[in-house]
Amino acid sequence: MALLQISEPGQSTAPHQHRLAAGIDLGTTNSLVATVRSGVAEALPDEHGNCLLPSVVRYLASGERIVGKSAKDEAARDPLNTIISAKRFMGRGVADVKSLGSRLPYEFVESGSGMPRLRTVGGDFSPVEVSAEILRTLKKRAEETLAGDLTGVVITVPAYFDDAQRQATKDAAKLAGLNVLRLLNEPTAAAVAYGLDRGSEGVIAVYDLGGGTFDISILRLHKGVFEVLATAGDSALGGDDMDRVVAEWIMGQAGIAHDADHAQMRRLMRDACDAKELLTDVPSTTIRLERSDGTFWEGELTRGKFNELVDPLIQKTLAPCRRALRDAGVSREEIHDVVMVGGSTRVPRVREKVSEFFQAELRVDIDPDKVVAVGAAMQADVLAGNKPEDEMLLLDVIPLSLGLETMGGLVEKIIPRNTTIPVARAQDFTTFKDGQTAMAIHVLQGERELVIDCRSLARFELRGIPPMAAGAARIRVTFQVDADGLLSVTAREQNSGVESSVQVKPSYGLSDDEITRMLRDSMVHAREDLDMRQLREQQVEADRVLDAIRVALAKDGDALLSAKERADIERAMGVVTHAATHSADYREVKQAIDALNRATVEFASRRMNASIQQALSGHKIDDFK
Amino acid sequence: MRLDLSQNHFELFGLKAGFEVDGETLALRYRDLQKETHPDRFANASEQERRLSVQLAAQINEAYRVLKNPLARARYLLELNGVTLDDTDTRMDPAFLMEQMELREALAEIPHSRMPFDALEELRDQLESGERGLIEALRRDFSDGSAPALARARDSVRKMQFIQRLLEEAEALEEELVHQEH
Repeated sequence: MALLQISEPGQSTAPHQHRLAAGIDLGTTNSLVATVRSGVAEALPDEHGNCLLPSVVRYLASGERIVGKSAKDEAARDPLNTIISAKRFMGRGVADVKSLGSRLPYEFVESGSGMPRLRTVGGDFSPVEVSAEILRTLKKRAEETLAGDLTGVVITVPAYFDDAQRQATKDAAKLAGLNVLRLLNEPTAAAVAYGLDRGSEGVIAVYDLGGGTFDISILRLHKGVFEVLATAGDSALGGDDMDRVVAEWIMGQAGIAHDADHAQMRRLMRDACDAKELLTDVPSTTIRLERSDGTFWEGELTRGKFNELVDPLIQKTLAPCRRALRDAGVSREEIHDVVMVGGSTRVPRVREKVSEFFQAELRVDIDPDKVVAVGAAMQADVLAGNKPEDEMLLLDVIPLSLGLETMGGLVEKIIPRNTTIPVARAQDFTTFKDGQTAMAIHVLQGERELVIDCRSLARFELRGIPPMAAGAARIRVTFQVDADGLLSVTAREQNSGVESSVQVKPSYGLSDDEITRMLRDSMVHAREDLDMRQLREQQVEADRVLDAIRVALAKDGDALLSAKERADIERAMGVVTHAATHSADYREVKQAIDALNRATVEFASRRMNASIQQALSGHKIDDFK
Repeated sequence: MRLDLSQNHFELFGLKAGFEVDGETLALRYRDLQKETHPDRFANASEQERRLSVQLAAQINEAYRVLKNPLARARYLLELNGVTLDDTDTRMDPAFLMEQMELREALAEIPHSRMPFDALEELRDQLESGERGLIEALRRDFSDGSAPALARARDSVRKMQFIQRLLEEAEALEEELVHQEH
């Protein structure tokens, strides 16, 4: 464990101590971790030199978990206990998961919260826990390679992930003991990796076709600012689907369409994937298959036939491309670069169709498997505070509209899709019955008009409204989306001040209690002490907060604070320092940090106002022309 | 002291309140403001500063959205000038209403047409050209600024809202058409 360096208030630590930070691409098929070392962002390999970690977890009866390649190698032999593509089930309910395809080789069991769990010999696991296993493996890889604890990570998600899927990803990180600096959209991460390398300016498109998700983002680049203009996609479309159409073709050809079992299905999917990859370089490939009766089938798959099979899937990606262009208010001619991301963009037919659509040069020179993790690592480095002078700024959007259920099962949109985040927006509603004292709030995400066609994110009630005539109450519902794209909702009756709010937890997500329990379970598994770990986390937090305030005081303390105000803050800092170095109870440290945070409220607002003045100070002259 | 969230959108961007807004200047100031206030700039700051930065960055985003979009900007300017867009007042120019009804009928026919996507595109072009005419009128009336001119601007804004609603319905229809294709 790294020793914490906590200095007395007033004394300064090294001004820009390098903090260990990493970018993690948690993919459907493969995952990676990357970091910035000596100014260069690079993916970190495992002990065998492989950067890609197959996103596969195998659960054994002994309780042991195997993650990565050795798990993948056993997938066909042990299909039910080997979970692949768990990302496809993140934030999804049992019904959603079933609609993904009847041929999924898993046994799903329903848990109390409606979140599907996968049954294995080692127990039942939610997709969030499976993803946490992958994250834990990457965390370990990074910490061993860098010889230190990670301060924080940036984890990428498909731009088209909804609130439930984002929340599930953040929950998985929490389970894995990671401090998430930011959830970053995959196409934006890719643009960062390219944009900074090339110093390119103008409007670009990022076409990201991964194993199980498709995103298209349109961005404007300007002197280190990456402004996402629009994003669209399909969170259930990717290379897996190509494998499946090829597997289904093989089944049809071999005459086994109706009697493939789980293990055979796995082998078929693997053969189909191999054939797809081979056809990138050769015009045709031979597929050989053993039927269950021991006889063999052998057939030829040409690139022409393959193209024919996957064309409908590629076509499905072009509708979102059109929509993103329109939402961005940009014509095809304005796009001067198309960045290709994701393993599936290696398929020649994909490149052909995309370049035909955009009539633009395709950027394929950064390894499409690594580009997202590399971009995430760059962002993590900036967010960790290692590059204080860096001008890079990412302005992202929400991919899907957020709204409320109104009368008649209709959705009233509060924040339309492609709104830049963070965003806060309020709308007033009223009661429709005399003496109505409660109001149900149903939060939805999606573009369609009917509630049943949108994703239900949360339901809660505003109670205790004083009885009034119908239409007299004024209920203001405020939606706030933070920079991770996560939503919180507040409802407040304006006359009485009655208030109710939720941090939106997906209907199919984990409750905080469940997360704590899982965390405890995983600790037992890892022979770690939860209290010990929480103490360590609070000590790191104390260090971070003290550091931040020290920097702020050095910069603006003299200008913005009176001697007394400054003394009050320094006293609170002293309490935190003392608690962090001497207390064995994490709660004490936390209390001290909370008190310090309260002591700096005023200072924080003054600094914020000053920084706005600063931003405009260069522009004042032309206001009077 | 609280964070100063009371400035109007023009003040926040250091611009003179008016319908004419230079897009380049607006975008430049937007980026400069976000560079100072975005939550990414406060990833390591105290809890308070992080919370404030989310609020402030959200306000800047909202101001940018309003100032960038001609309809939103015009509505906002009327509001600043104390002109209300009374929703219960539905008196409209009869010729405009007639035209809107025809367009609405055309939209309703689209799902039955042979080339629905092309028909949608055509309708959209027509609506957008109407919108451009209204923006020209707004430009004149806001620069005039007299009470009768502001009353005319208010009518133009209401007309634009009609068009906007039709454009949204056209988009919803496209959404349904794409959905049916799948």
